[in-house]
Amino acid sequence: MGKRSGNQLQNAFTTRGVWKVYGEGATEVQALRGVDIDIPAGELVVLLGPSGSGKSTLLNILGGLDRASRGDVLFQGRNLAAMTDVQLTRYRRDHVGFVFQFYNLMPGLTAYENIELVTEIAGNPMPADHALALVGLGDRGDSFPSQLSGGEQQRVAIARAVAKQPNVLFCDEPTGALDSITGRTVLRVLKDINEQLGATVLIVTHAAATADMADRVIHFADGRIRDIQRNAHKRDPSDIEW
Amino acid sequence: MTPLDRKLLRDLWRIKGQAAAIGAVIAVGVLLLVMMSGLVTSLDETRRAYYERYRLADVFAPVKRAPQHLLAELSALPSVAAVEGRITGHALIDLPGLDIPLRARVVSLPEFHAPRLNGFYLSAGRAPQSDRNDEILLLKGFAEAHSLQPGDTLDITMNGARHKLRIVGLAQAPEFLYTTAPGELMSDDARYGVIWISMQTLAAAYDLEGAFNEALLSIGRGAQSPAVIHAVDRLLEPYGGFGAYALADHGSNRFISEEIASLRATAAAVPPIFLAVAAFLLYIVIFRMVEAERGQIGLLKAFGYSNLETAAHYFKLILAIAAGGATVGCVLGVLAGRALIDLYLLYFKFPFLIFQLDPGSFIAAFSVSIGAASAGGVTVLRRVFRLTPAAAMQPIAPPHYRPLGNVARSLQSVLDQPSRMVVRRLTRQPGRMAGAAGGIAAGMALSVAMIGIMNGFNQAIDLTFNVIDQSDVSITFNEPLSDTTLANLRSIPGVIAVQPARHVSAVLRHGVQRHLGVISGMTTNARLYRAVDSRMAPVPLQAQGIVLAEALADILKVQVGDLLTLEVREGRRPTLRIPVTGIAQNLLGSPAYMELSALNHALGEPNRISGAYLRVDSAHQNSVYRVLKDMPAVASVSLKQDARTALQTQMDRGAGAMRYIMMAVAGIITFGIVYNAARIAYAERARDLASLRVIGFSRSEAAFVLLGELALVTLAALPLGAVLGYYLSFAVAAGFSTDLYQIPATVQPVGYGAAALAVIAAATLSGWLVKRDLDRTDLVLALKARE
Ligand SMILES: Nc1ncnc2c1ncn2[C@@H]1O[C@H](COP(=O)(O)OP(=O)(O)OP(=O)(O)O)[C@@H](O)[C@H]1O
Ligand SMILES: [Mg+2]
Repeated sequence: MGKRSGNQLQNAFTTRGVWKVYGEGATEVQALRGVDIDIPAGELVVLLGPSGSGKSTLLNILGGLDRASRGDVLFQGRNLAAMTDVQLTRYRRDHVGFVFQFYNLMPGLTAYENIELVTEIAGNPMPADHALALVGLGDRGDSFPSQLSGGEQQRVAIARAVAKQPNVLFCDEPTGALDSITGRTVLRVLKDINEQLGATVLIVTHAAATADMADRVIHFADGRIRDIQRNAHKRDPSDIEW
Repeated sequence: MTPLDRKLLRDLWRIKGQAAAIGAVIAVGVLLLVMMSGLVTSLDETRRAYYERYRLADVFAPVKRAPQHLLAELSALPSVAAVEGRITGHALIDLPGLDIPLRARVVSLPEFHAPRLNGFYLSAGRAPQSDRNDEILLLKGFAEAHSLQPGDTLDITMNGARHKLRIVGLAQAPEFLYTTAPGELMSDDARYGVIWISMQTLAAAYDLEGAFNEALLSIGRGAQSPAVIHAVDRLLEPYGGFGAYALADHGSNRFISEEIASLRATAAAVPPIFLAVAAFLLYIVIFRMVEAERGQIGLLKAFGYSNLETAAHYFKLILAIAAGGATVGCVLGVLAGRALIDLYLLYFKFPFLIFQLDPGSFIAAFSVSIGAASAGGVTVLRRVFRLTPAAAMQPIAPPHYRPLGNVARSLQSVLDQPSRMVVRRLTRQPGRMAGAAGGIAAGMALSVAMIGIMNGFNQAIDLTFNVIDQSDVSITFNEPLSDTTLANLRSIPGVIAVQPARHVSAVLRHGVQRHLGVISGMTTNARLYRAVDSRMAPVPLQAQGIVLAEALADILKVQVGDLLTLEVREGRRPTLRIPVTGIAQNLLGSPAYMELSALNHALGEPNRISGAYLRVDSAHQNSVYRVLKDMPAVASVSLKQDARTALQTQMDRGAGAMRYIMMAVAGIITFGIVYNAARIAYAERARDLASLRVIGFSRSEAAFVLLGELALVTLAALPLGAVLGYYLSFAVAAGFSTDLYQIPATVQPVGYGAAALAVIAAATLSGWLVKRDLDRTDLVLALKARE
């Protein structure tokens, strides 16, 4: 409903000619090779593509964690590429939620504190235990990451990103380590954030079936967009095949 | 509490051993700073107040005999504020039960008023009445050393005549803060006294009716004492002025000034060493921590934490350790200061001395230790902040494998796997290993230097009392006597050898340098008391020339061959131009030596002596002392053994006691550095070691990898520490030396051995502590932890 009441026509992200080159000379890797993309505000977008095709790289650049080597990245009309470090920090703090491919929990903090770390500095967060309950870990708040399984750590990472109630949410393989039941629960949480808060959600995944719940599916290959497809009928997470 | 603060507490707890070691090093530095600057403030302030309250003179002008009316002329001199003329002299106190009489200084009290200058503090009894010429005040320290009280009477010999005088009060005075018998450097309450007595009595005793033999002057604020001294000298010249001198050259004041100056220098030089070491250790700890937490820092930044907020987190850790150490240091510094200040009272006779804090030292202690510690943290953080969050979150690329050289390759083939791991790490991170070895070497150097100083103190005593002075007794006469007296002395049963001496006071000048001192005339081939060079060989005295102690040569900035001007203040008061023919090694005082007959010739008084050194058969020493005591010409008798004991006592207390503190401190530093090196090596390898265990290596093999590295680093540090220690000992010796005594830097092989043992002990203890942790680690947790 938030999505419909917002300005539907405005793009959350617009990129033009975005390149990302790692290293130089013989070891040079072109991770992104001219990415042009428009992501309308409030949509749930799924990014599909083979390993090494540059998905994480693109997510990092859109999320303000890294800078493009070339090209423009506009968020609500403001160019991330031209921002200072301080402005980028502000952008991440005020707008972005991130679920990392490798969870990246702080080992010295409990699950609860890992979430607090983000809600502490967010403008409109939900309570940390509420976020934990959403991912089915309401009773594990006092566990340290080393005491959690891989899947549990992944769910804490998702709770952490969601707890902030961000404008844009980036999820790099959010369900990779999850079984079908918890996987569907997590996707449901992402869909709720998208629909109830009107947040723009970008999900990178290898599970093609996840694409069925998206407004838009972007196929990625060799650092470029191969194809964009719109779903006329979005499936509910509970109907998704695992 | 924010989650980051909770992480901080857990981090602190995790590195508690290291944090405590670093905190201890900071605490020691701050302790020394607070204590020493507090002592400086206390001594300085109390001295100032004491001098002011009891109106200590700015200029002292001893003279042979000057008429009273000259005082008016003195007070008419420009910028002179007040003048007092008094009579002072040497006296002997004969206490029942003692073989030799004790020396004392007598000082006159004005008849009808309180002293205008150089007042006294009455600590017991009352002041003598002006019409009673048998009443005296006695110096409190001397009275206490002999359990004398007001009401007791004393047998006092003045100018050869005996008097029975009654003590009516005990006193202390700013000019006698630190009292030494003439010719001695160390204060000994029991062997030197001060007596205040009416002017009339003294005038009669010394044939000085209507005259004075010391003028005291105070000068107006801002006035220059050299100008006044010059004018006073001119005025007193016809009456036998011995040369006026400023308060700065006054014996008691010079001693306390030296003490304050050396404390101040140590306070400025030593604590920074500790703080620098602590900063270095903190730098390593923070460096390693930031490096290990690069990913977490990237993560914090990814969430939108600013550089400042992230830095603040690590800064708080630094702050906790530095401020914790500084707080403990401040508290201990105050306690140590309070304890030490009482030691000072043992030989600086203030009527009161309270430990006063120097508030600046608190501020300095905190800001310096926190600043030094943060400097380390900031440099590392800046490197991480230059990375984008995405890059920071990438695991660090494994360290570069450098192709192995031939030697290393052939080494590899003979070593087993764990030894290879040790070697590989040493060769792969040579910078870090060198840093650890350097740190340990610094700790050892400190120990070496401190042991060297301990030796130096003993050597100073040995040189003074076994090499230079081989007599048993030295005596001085009331007036210079004919050298036929020597035969009389030799004929005393029990006297084995006699060596004549003539001491005259003189001003030594070279260019603008000036020193008021004593010239000792001695015979060539002297045996009992002689000048020796740095190789302990006697320095020959030449008929035309003067031999100076090294310290005096430094003061006057002269070398062998330079011409010196001597203004002799006795006899016909000649002025001589005389070459320096030798430099003598002398660790106490700053004497100058001339050949006896040449000195007498210059004075125009041939065959005169003013004192003698005696060697005495120990079986007859008591009878010898009795004979000496009854010789009217003898002004003083002093025993070498007493002087030696006094020096030993003094060096073991006060400034000398500092060396024990420094020794303890060197130990703390060494342990702090070694333990840190071990901890860091362990933290860096915890995962590798767990992997080793998982693939089947035994506990002791894993420990070998870790401890082998520590052992090699420690071994490498030992020779380096010895070399550094050798040089550091010179610097430390210079710091402990004063104008009054010099401490030589001498590190003996056993010193290096002891320091090396201390380092090895510290390394063993650290190794054991780390191995204990290693044995306790949970393998799975160690592998899972990203660090
Ligand atoms: N820091 C880096 N330095 C050098 N090359 C990099 C770096 N990060 C990524 N790359 C390279 O860039 C390319 C794209 O990487 P990216 O992580 O974006 O792929 P991905 O699509 O997320 O793959 P996956 O599905 O396996 O996560 C890869 O070839 C990768 O090797
Ligand atoms: Mg990826």
